[in-house]
Amino acid sequence: MTKKTFKRAFHDSLPILAGYLALGIGYGVLLQSKGYSFWWAILMSVTMFAGSGQYAGVDFMASGASLLTTAFMTLIINARHFFYGFSLLDKYKGAGALKPYMIFGLTDETYSLVCSAKPEEGVDQKKYFFFLTALNHSYWITGCVSGAVLGMFLPFDSKGIDFAMTALFIVIMVEQWLSSKQHLPAVLGVVTTAVCLVVFGAEYFIIPAMALIAAELVLLRRRLDPERPEVNGDE
Amino acid sequence: MSSTVHALLQVLVMAAVIAFLRFLPFMAFPEGRKRPKVITYLGRVLPYAIIGMLVVYCFKGVSVTAYPYGLPELIASAFVVTVHVLFRNTLVSTFGGVAVYMLLVQLVFR
Repeated sequence: MTKKTFKRAFHDSLPILAGYLALGIGYGVLLQSKGYSFWWAILMSVTMFAGSGQYAGVDFMASGASLLTTAFMTLIINARHFFYGFSLLDKYKGAGALKPYMIFGLTDETYSLVCSAKPEEGVDQKKYFFFLTALNHSYWITGCVSGAVLGMFLPFDSKGIDFAMTALFIVIMVEQWLSSKQHLPAVLGVVTTAVCLVVFGAEYFIIPAMALIAAELVLLRRRLDPERPEVNGDE
Repeated sequence: MSSTVHALLQVLVMAAVIAFLRFLPFMAFPEGRKRPKVITYLGRVLPYAIIGMLVVYCFKGVSVTAYPYGLPELIASAFVVTVHVLFRNTLVSTFGGVAVYMLLVQLVFR
């Protein structure tokens, strides 16, 4: 059972393998170019495990930003992660000793895979989520460190490979769209975020977008939350 | 304070902030404790809205007013949607989309 669970997790994590290696290598190269050795790549990819957070982090370090600024900017850049747990309270329930690590490793990509996971015969869900997290973490560390060590000698032009993440999110969105009759939450998510991006700019749009999305969903509760589980259900 | 120590402290602070954000919902609503119905409701509808948000988030660096006007992203995304609706195979859709996008940014829209 564990073997089958692991195989399933490995198979499902393959798009992340491509994306994380690409993004990780890009990050490692950036780190190296600012004069930080691969030890920093290991330290940051192990302890932070956050794509955009780590990219921005290199700038904070290189510019010698104060600890307060560093904390505040990290809070803004990664604020979206605050949302994820709310939809996983039940999915991660009862995961016991595995749970803290699963929460620690809750990246955009892991979250999207966990969301789209369907229960399967012979697959232990909790372990499946744990394996996904650990596999993704290992890809990320591998990418970051290889970028820092040999990024300059990359044998091929990898420009554009980071589109793997975008493609994965689009695929998950299409899947959700096809398997749900209620499309309002998805539309709200896209439209609200797009409007906030235009209004607030690329640096600060995500927190207003999150607040608005949550407010809109709460306001539309009467419409979206009748006893029709097939409408909202991901469970 | 040496810049190495300062950078180390920065990494520590960043790691703590990120972990804090990820743990917060689970700390606010621990297992076995009753939680407001609205939270359960949000947990059900949020994934749809969040994935929509993440898709837009991926395009935040794309400029539609300067060459190549977001065309590589648009074409590759349309490809992913089409292929996925047709075949419903995540690996085919994602890797196919990456291949199309890489061709576009490396060879077509240079």
